[in-house]
Amino acid sequence: MDLNLVIALGIQIIYGIANLTLISLGLAIIFGMMRVINLAHGEFIMLGGYTVVISTNAGVNIWISMLIVAPVVVGVIGVLVERLLIRWLYGRMIDTLLATWGLSLLLIGLVTSIFGASTATTISPPLGVVSIGDYTSSAYELLLIGITVALCLIIFLTLKLTRLGLIARGTMQNEEMASALGVSTPRIYMLTFGFGAAISGFAGGLLAPVTGVLPTIGVAYIAKSFITVISGGAVILAGTVSASAVLGGVNGIVSFLTGPTIGEVALLFAAILLLRLMPRGITGRFFRKGL
Amino acid sequence: MTIFRDMRATFTIAVIGILFMVLAPTVLELFAIINLTTAIALAMLALSLALVWGYGGILCFGQTAFFGVGAYAYTVAAINSGDAATAILIAVVVAIIFASVLGYFMFYGRVSDVYLAVITLTVSLILFSLIRRTSGPEYKIGDALLGGFNGVTAPPLNLPWDRAYFLFPEHVFYVAMAFLIIAYVFTAWLVRTKFGRVVISIKENELRAELLGYDIRLYKLLIFMIGAAIAGLGGVLFCNGVGRVTPDVFNLYNSALTIIWVIVGGRGTLIGPVLGAFGIFYLTSALGTQSTINNNLILGIILIIFVLAIPKGLVPTVRDWMIERKDRRIQRVRERRIRTRRTRSSTQNAEGAGE
Repeated sequence: MDLNLVIALGIQIIYGIANLTLISLGLAIIFGMMRVINLAHGEFIMLGGYTVVISTNAGVNIWISMLIVAPVVVGVIGVLVERLLIRWLYGRMIDTLLATWGLSLLLIGLVTSIFGASTATTISPPLGVVSIGDYTSSAYELLLIGITVALCLIIFLTLKLTRLGLIARGTMQNEEMASALGVSTPRIYMLTFGFGAAISGFAGGLLAPVTGVLPTIGVAYIAKSFITVISGGAVILAGTVSASAVLGGVNGIVSFLTGPTIGEVALLFAAILLLRLMPRGITGRFFRKGL
Repeated sequence: MTIFRDMRATFTIAVIGILFMVLAPTVLELFAIINLTTAIALAMLALSLALVWGYGGILCFGQTAFFGVGAYAYTVAAINSGDAATAILIAVVVAIIFASVLGYFMFYGRVSDVYLAVITLTVSLILFSLIRRTSGPEYKIGDALLGGFNGVTAPPLNLPWDRAYFLFPEHVFYVAMAFLIIAYVFTAWLVRTKFGRVVISIKENELRAELLGYDIRLYKLLIFMIGAAIAGLGGVLFCNGVGRVTPDVFNLYNSALTIIWVIVGGRGTLIGPVLGAFGIFYLTSALGTQSTINNNLILGIILIIFVLAIPKGLVPTVRDWMIERKDRRIQRVRERRIRTRRTRSSTQNAEGAGE
């Protein structure tokens, strides 16, 4: 094995890990902060993709539509969803699960009715390829890795350093105390859900050039992102990143050795094994004090 | 014997089912009968989730995984052996083994119910994407090509003593309906046995059941495996009704449908989800013939409305309403009786005073 292959393979595996992190973060925020499992997560990603495709085709610069329009639009949708549906169901975890599943079907149906069941006009990745010796790597994939790292940093700093992040963390730890201190907790819940949705929309927008958009594309993400978040446990960033690293690493290596089908099976087995050993996720045992 | 006295309603429903089984083919056309067979297969899946979730409290979002595994196992076994009876047995056994492995990891790992929901759903979705990729000629079990996205043609049922005799669609309908009735009576009996009562008590209060000395992990695993067996049998009927099995049995839409049947029909009853499956099946086929309103849209709205407004489901809601009405009537009769007695005694007193 020559050096170039190792580098190319390494990039591929890191991309797999970054991809898992990217599609799971929105879910992890909503789950970790609010204890709400959002089964419409895949549809938020799908809406992000549609937003990018539509606004780009309408003449908006592709970077603006990916980095700004998609998260804003999906974030607003998330806030609406929280106001109309989720807030009636706090504390009823199973009902939330079922209601968001209903929402997922509803969104798929709505988008299919409006845009049709097949792919809307696609957009191509805006960057070319980078060559490493005999191997090539997509520059866009490298960019996605960079953006994912930046996103994790931004979330970390927002939660750790800003006043809003502090209030949000306080609310999640002890709602009554927070509201006694004058925090409007319903508003914090609304913003958190909107923030999580915005991250999901952001991920969907970034991935739209790679995967294309379909009303049912959420399914492609939902299984992987759920596995990642559950294996990670309740701690948002440390959990998601560590679970992505383990599962993405296993998937990448096995896929390289045997092909993508077995790779996916390996990912599932790794997750089930992980949960058998650590039922509360990786952060149930390690990095418990993390963020 | 008390169990059987307790099951009077079950037997009434079973008799209605048998009458339906005998009469339906004489009234309905062949196409409707074939459709009905598919609906029965789905009702079987609904019944299995009614048992596992409604009575066992196990929130299994991927019950379709066992349904699909049963269907695939039947098809592969029937292609290889040529004997449907063996293939059915193999399908059920494979579904049970699959459930025991998955259940061992979940129950003995003490995964909480919400996690369990997501894990089972994920397993189903991964099976979907996995089997979809098996289109090449190298994916072959014995003589059976898995066929990827297009699936496999399922060999029809034949008689165990005469393999050359394949059943007609009406006969498949009889078989399916008979299986459904047997499964229904079996599950209704099961939840009334000691085993069933322990399972229900675990649903009601896990900690208390455990402190009383029951190994809740084992009970959960067993009820999960029984549910998987019924779902697997449903899968066998399904691929006989449709004529083939495709990876679509594992997809998200079908997992959602299964949950919707149980929610609409009502948790904690067996007949509710079965009726829910029939109802939603005919609703979606009616919607499928027109194209203005999307199926997903309607199902999503139904699910949200039920979760927010009718969380108990139809059958328990109607049952509670009827019990309440009956109570009120009894109450009224009693009040009237008291009132008449009082007036009578007061008139008697008056008469007595007059004398």
